[in-house]
Amino acid sequence: MTEHYDVLVVGAGPAGLAAAQAAAGHGARVGLLDAQPRQGGQVWRHDALHDAPVAAHRAMTRLAAQPSVSWLAQHQVIGAGPYSLLVETPRRAVELSFGSLVIATGARELLLPFPGWTLPGVTGAGGLQALAKQAWPVQGKRVLVAGSGPLLLAAAATLHRHGAQVLGIHEQAVAAAMCTFALQLWRWPSRMVQALQLRATLRGIPYHFGSFVSRAHGDGRLSAVDICTPRGSSRIECDVLAIGHGLVPNVELPGMLGCTLDRHGAHAATQVDDLLRTSVTNVYAAGETCGIAGLAAARIEGGIAGHMAAGAHTAAAALLGQRRRARRFADVLARHFALDPQLHALADAGTIVCRCEDVTLGALEHFVDSRAARLATRCGMGACQGRICGSALAELGRFPRGDGRPPIFPARLATLATSAIPAFLSHDSGDHHA
Amino acid sequence: MKTVRVLVNGRAVSVPADASVAAAIALAAPACFRRSVTGQPRAALCGMGVCFECRVRINDVMHVRACMTPVREGMQVRTDD
Repeated sequence: MTEHYDVLVVGAGPAGLAAAQAAAGHGARVGLLDAQPRQGGQVWRHDALHDAPVAAHRAMTRLAAQPSVSWLAQHQVIGAGPYSLLVETPRRAVELSFGSLVIATGARELLLPFPGWTLPGVTGAGGLQALAKQAWPVQGKRVLVAGSGPLLLAAAATLHRHGAQVLGIHEQAVAAAMCTFALQLWRWPSRMVQALQLRATLRGIPYHFGSFVSRAHGDGRLSAVDICTPRGSSRIECDVLAIGHGLVPNVELPGMLGCTLDRHGAHAATQVDDLLRTSVTNVYAAGETCGIAGLAAARIEGGIAGHMAAGAHTAAAALLGQRRRARRFADVLARHFALDPQLHALADAGTIVCRCEDVTLGALEHFVDSRAARLATRCGMGACQGRICGSALAELGRFPRGDGRPPIFPARLATLATSAIPAFLSHDSGDHHA
Repeated sequence: MKTVRVLVNGRAVSVPADASVAAAIALAAPACFRRSVTGQPRAALCGMGVCFECRVRINDVMHVRACMTPVREGMQVRTDD
């Protein structure tokens, strides 16, 4: 079964919502799809217990009023061919063909291995925020928030609102870096307001700098963590550790489509020009998949990509100044929250790196590329397809994450059997036997 | 607030209608969501459908991500503990 859309938008976060809105404004028939059951992506994720931010509510309401936009919930992209995507829902498989495509797949959390990180009770920071918004019980729980980046504050604020006892926020960046970061915020007034609101919400919760978790303890579940600070280390008892080390662009879909990726940093990002064109004709990308720059940049880029996908060059070009300004924030973020090399050295030989296949760091010692490691140890061959361990090993400087292979996500056999996409018929990377 | 009833390993838990299956499991508090290939207990990690640590059996379908699945009245969930 094939359905056709003039413009197909993958990802219904702020960038995807803006893209669908912009494209529909030019009369295009738009399909907006997301693997999640609801719109909003991560930053605007629906909260089962609290109201949505005003901007999120407005964006979704405006889009719902567009009759030419079809909202395709729980649509997981499995494969990609020329002008077509293979998509799986909980009930069926469908091929979606498109005139142009906007990739707004966002980012995932960077989760670095350290002893004890596989214990139940250890979650991502954005991870626990997402879980709590879906009614995961945090009420009265002693939660320690740690890692790096502004997401820690947003996560702590959500957890606090949901009744968690947030013991403290441990930011690995040192106080001096945080001071210069705060001093630059006036250049982005909306960011400044956001930061001040977060500080007000988090009144009374200690915010530590130059401080990181080195080990998690527990017998079958987390009971305490070791914290390293500039003044020495200590052990803190807690029920939950919410820990994230920043964000990694989701580039599996653009990679599969053959879009050129920017591989300058430890983590690849989708390469785009000023007008958000990827290297593949009629394929555009917007938001975090193009490099981590936050909500404001994502919304502007979604607009640009949506206009472009609908052939409205002039409307897109009018937003370029705004985009440049918002993107500058990305550089400031990356500079000030750069990870302390000590965090790269926390895992020891016995620490599991690949959680799907239980491969330890020690087992990877002699491998210099992801393919050799995968063939010998199964590292990265599990259900997450290296999304967690591949990014962690790239961050640790061990080896870059290997190129993806179809399917983009684990799929039902029935889905693959129905596909006419050539990638599933002829793809051969040479190590299928593994 | 509207709630629905979900069975986690045969035990009924009442959760908000907007909750994910992951939240229902956390409320039922089994030892873990799944056992790793070497038998370690694991639970939800990323909360956004990329790590697959929360995969469980839902209405007899294996390997479903609990964090991506909204609860439904009478849903049967099996963890691996």
